[in-house]
Amino acid sequence: MGYTISEKILAEKSGMEAKAGRLVVADVDVIMAHDSLGPMAIDALAEMGEIAIPRPGNICFMTDHLVPTPARNYAQMQKQMREFAKKWGIRQHEAGDGICHQLLAEKEIQPGQIVIGTDSHTCMGGALNAFATGVGSTDAAAAMATGQLWLKVPETMRVLFHGSLPSGVFAKDLVLFLAGQITEDGANYRAMEIAGETISSLSMGGRFTICNMGVEMGAKAAIMEADESTQRWLSQRGVKGAVKSVKADADATYSRVLEFRVDQLEPQIAKPHKVDNVVPLREIAGTPIHEVLIGTCTNGRLEDLEVAAAILRNKRIVPNLRLIVIPASRSILLEAMGKGVLQTLVEAGAEVLVPGCGPCVGVHGGIPADGENVLSTANRNFKGRMGNPNANIFLGSPAAAAAAALEGRIADPRKYLA
Amino acid sequence: MELKGRAHKFGDDINTDYIMSSRHRTQSLDYVQLAQHLMEDIRPGFYSQIQPGDFIVAGDNFGCGSSREYAPKIVKAGQIAAVIAKSFARIFYRNAINLGLPLVECDTDAICDGDVLRVDLLKGKVFNETRNCSISANPTPAFMMTLLNEGGMVNYIRKYGKFRVAKEKG
Repeated sequence: MGYTISEKILAEKSGMEAKAGRLVVADVDVIMAHDSLGPMAIDALAEMGEIAIPRPGNICFMTDHLVPTPARNYAQMQKQMREFAKKWGIRQHEAGDGICHQLLAEKEIQPGQIVIGTDSHTCMGGALNAFATGVGSTDAAAAMATGQLWLKVPETMRVLFHGSLPSGVFAKDLVLFLAGQITEDGANYRAMEIAGETISSLSMGGRFTICNMGVEMGAKAAIMEADESTQRWLSQRGVKGAVKSVKADADATYSRVLEFRVDQLEPQIAKPHKVDNVVPLREIAGTPIHEVLIGTCTNGRLEDLEVAAAILRNKRIVPNLRLIVIPASRSILLEAMGKGVLQTLVEAGAEVLVPGCGPCVGVHGGIPADGENVLSTANRNFKGRMGNPNANIFLGSPAAAAAAALEGRIADPRKYLA
Repeated sequence: MELKGRAHKFGDDINTDYIMSSRHRTQSLDYVQLAQHLMEDIRPGFYSQIQPGDFIVAGDNFGCGSSREYAPKIVKAGQIAAVIAKSFARIFYRNAINLGLPLVECDTDAICDGDVLRVDLLKGKVFNETRNCSISANPTPAFMMTLLNEGGMVNYIRKYGKFRVAKEKG
């Protein structure tokens, strides 16, 4: 009987039999901690006793959740991380460098690795054919102290997409549709293998968007095979040599196999206050929108900003609406500047924030007022997510977000993309 | 050890933002103080309704969302004795066990808000005194029991310095 991608990676990294259901102790290749939950990991390490960190080269610290620092507490937490990183020789990505998941994809992750991070959306790294999963601070501390982590080998759900996405319909629409189908806990404790010709023809950016939201269905990991696009992404990053993809065996065991055709897929929106509360956009077209957020780890890449700019070129957003734009990393910000994308967005009326999580963490940088509706390209629309429990958050693609900014209401973006 | 307290009943998909919004951390990083905001976005005034030793009872997928470990930490700081739910989101489950917050996975349909419960963690039994009925809990995985018995992950690593999991035969 064959093995899934997750089983193969976990077996390779643990030296143990890794069929679903087994417990393994695996070497962790990349341990990421960010400024919101990293300090708690450092505290846990101190409580663990006189710990020497065996492989500081496998650890990276990110400064993305609270940049620039909105409060003294967070400034202290970031200082604590900087000092710890300096002491142990840990790579510290600084404020303004970007969102942890984007930086992991740009600088850290390679196929076949085990990646853990103190953030649930660490599963985004699965788009690079790694077993990437979110953990809490204490698990991260245990991995820093031992170089390893215990993991239960998950069952795998295989999700296949066939056909081509219609014009004006994006990876975000696809994954929102999937969340609506699978529901918020439909993949709990499971890995998802996401494949099919639709995925093969997607950019890496689109693949990141999809894997990023795996956890919104409960998934422990959301993994894709590596192909030419993955190879190109890694080569451009400076990774040398041919990429070897970890592939599932033809006779691997899956807990469930789902197949979808996407040729007829329409733009999708997740309504408040649940990510699986998904409807075709047309059903709620016309809903007033007061704030639009384009960015986050889910949709803050150059192609996302470009599609928004294409819709907003030589136009102005409606009066009284706030359009917040946050590139996911410094390199994306620089590219968007170089290509005039930011110029277009700023001329259209956007407020541009520093690469980071921004208002998606609910602390700063765009907290909505009571009764307001937000259309966000982020991954969560929980009540209070953006800092005000009396506001409503709708999730959609960057194109849907840009169209909403133009009209002040939920609108089909396809008419602007013809 | 048997725990006894009142049930506070919630629905499905109680996420980490509902347990506590991160916006409060600008004011304080003290978990006991932060516990005053426990569940307030979905049940204003919740903290004033709970007594030490009470239980949070919920449906499926409790603790979904973020990996933020302060979610179970605040539940514990609010002196909630255990969370009883039909199922838990996986990151929350690990975080809670790592911190030594007991979780009980069982059918919660027969528990109503305000019911008085007795919980036997070792035997995996929940007895609803108010309704005079007993509920069997799903067994806690063996390695999770080890972590709980050692008093959480920090104590485990301090004691052993590494993970000790026997290789199972292929």
